Amino acid sequence: MAMLEVNNLEVAFDTPDGTLQAVRGLSYQLEAGQTLGIVGESGAGKSQGVFALMGLLPDNARVSGEVIFEGEPLLNLPEKRMNQIRAARIGMIFQDPMTSLNPFMKVSDQLIEVLVQHKGISRKQALQESLQMLDAVRIPEARNRIHCYPHEFSGGMRQRVMIAMSLLCRPRLLIADEPTTALDVTVQAQVMDLLRELQQEFNTAIILITHDLGVVAGSCDQTLVMYGGQMMEFAATRDLFREPAHPYTKGLMGAIPRIDEQMEELVTIPGNPPNLMNLPPGCPFCDRCPVAEPRCYHELDPPEQFGAERIRVCNLPREAI
Amino acid sequence: MNEQQRLLAVENLQVTFDIMPRNAWPWTRPQPLKAVNNVSFTLNEGETLGIVGESGCGKSTLARAIMGMVPSQAGKVMWLGEDLRGLNLKQLRKRRQRLQMVFQDPLASLSPRMTVGDIIAEPLRTHYPDIKGAELREKVDAIMDRVGLHPHQKNRYPHEFSGGQCQRVGIARALILEPKLIICDEPVSALDVSVQAQVINLLKSLQRDMGLSLIFIAHDLSVVKHISDRVMVLYLGNVAENATRAELFANPRHPYTQALMAAVPIPDPERDRANPPAELEGDLPSPMNSPSGCVFRTRCPLATDYCSKEIPVLEDKTGAGHWVACHYVEREEKLN
Repeated sequence: MAMLEVNNLEVAFDTPDGTLQAVRGLSYQLEAGQTLGIVGESGAGKSQGVFALMGLLPDNARVSGEVIFEGEPLLNLPEKRMNQIRAARIGMIFQDPMTSLNPFMKVSDQLIEVLVQHKGISRKQALQESLQMLDAVRIPEARNRIHCYPHEFSGGMRQRVMIAMSLLCRPRLLIADEPTTALDVTVQAQVMDLLRELQQEFNTAIILITHDLGVVAGSCDQTLVMYGGQMMEFAATRDLFREPAHPYTKGLMGAIPRIDEQMEELVTIPGNPPNLMNLPPGCPFCDRCPVAEPRCYHELDPPEQFGAERIRVCNLPREAI
Repeated sequence: MNEQQRLLAVENLQVTFDIMPRNAWPWTRPQPLKAVNNVSFTLNEGETLGIVGESGCGKSTLARAIMGMVPSQAGKVMWLGEDLRGLNLKQLRKRRQRLQMVFQDPLASLSPRMTVGDIIAEPLRTHYPDIKGAELREKVDAIMDRVGLHPHQKNRYPHEFSGGQCQRVGIARALILEPKLIICDEPVSALDVSVQAQVINLLKSLQRDMGLSLIFIAHDLSVVKHISDRVMVLYLGNVAENATRAELFANPRHPYTQALMAAVPIPDPERDRANPPAELEGDLPSPMNSPSGCVFRTRCPLATDYCSKEIPVLEDKTGAGHWVACHYVEREEKLN
């Protein structure tokens, strides 16, 4: 059985202007030790989809569906039980390391707090373990720097502190929400390498949320492409890049300027990302799709399984895109 | 090179900010932070210069110094043969008709209380108060149409538009005075991939049709590669390398450029994993006390003692317009 199973997850927000459907019918599975990449543009529902797993959604959110993590259903768990799972069994790294660390607490106190809370060990022991973890994420002079405040670290170092914090209790699953988006390329390369290394060392499964197909190509086993709150395509990363089977994936790949190739004109996807307040009843991508048919505006076929565990959600046959 | 007109020549430009050190007494003297240090380059008509570097390397400060939006301490900004640094604000305003700017954050750079039509018309109203009524409307409509906005959207406010559309408004505002040069400060960094491609293609086609020159600032090397004729790599306020696009990407000579290129993730799963990039260690040093000698030496894989003593000079060794500031390149040539 898969370690994480998400079935038909729906997330909607009640807003003064009506209901905003952020995630629609999302299903996927993740095996232990594997990396799943979730790609999509802003508003695709990538983050809300994983916030729902962690119970981090605001009060006006409505969640339905089923999430099973190591045999235990996660949705609607009492807060107390959820707190035992968070950090201990599922760790999370957020996009902006400055706003997700507490600016008033020393890094040492923030790390120790996690260990004392979840493992019930003494502060002294916790400090030792925290130091080891900071060494593991290669923070130089960890012994001195552990007593600094977050603002005394650079962006890349802060993200390392976040990674160290999320791994303190050796979680089985790590959710990384755009972990390198706020970082420079050279630092991004360091952080991604570090994540890959730590994953092998601790055998952690990772859900990596990103908008950068380059990052996905470098580190994910499987990739889920989302658009307008829905899954568009799911495949092993290699298959996805070799042979994208959805017009959106294809468009996305044509739109990235590449450093390793010379292209004259970028292929663009016309139009803008959809307004989640009033999505078309059919395929969310229909407005921008180069091969859309009239029926795409009204209906969307159920997910089609093909090949080596690949899934695509598109009305048109594979040959037609 | 000479048949094209030289538009802009920046010579040894230097921008310094005075920063109060931490825990300073009120009477402590502020310390200088060299944001841009001895930067020189030239730009011809119709050319695109890409400027890349990590955050904090002085890209945006350089752009602002050229525009006269931050004071520069030394050097020259020769615009059509005239030094912009010596001009007063009134004279500078007049020159800025031909020298416009597009900013990074598309929403923050547009006034939320003005309609899009007013935002686009404002430069015209400022510089040509005689243009009024139907003529003004016509010009605004034409430019909106050119950048891919519907003229009937002009009574809307910026918040009603998506990021990509806001960036089009910013471009229209810069274009309406028919400038010769547009400085684009990270114009696509805040946009989604699919929209980013639209804006890049728009800039390229505008350049082709209107004979514009562009200074295109970005931290993304692949975007810069796509749009530039020449590329300049900055590190900690200093020029590391400056070469034509083809030359720079085929034959990067500065170790920093090489590391920067290796760090760009390539969207090809098979290739990337077979060949993990060589990593650059550590972070950018603080510009408050930049390293002695070569500024890159603290992270450079090839650094020697010599690098900490001598500041490398930006030189065109081959004579083919490939400028590099590195001792190592020098030594390599001596060996050969």
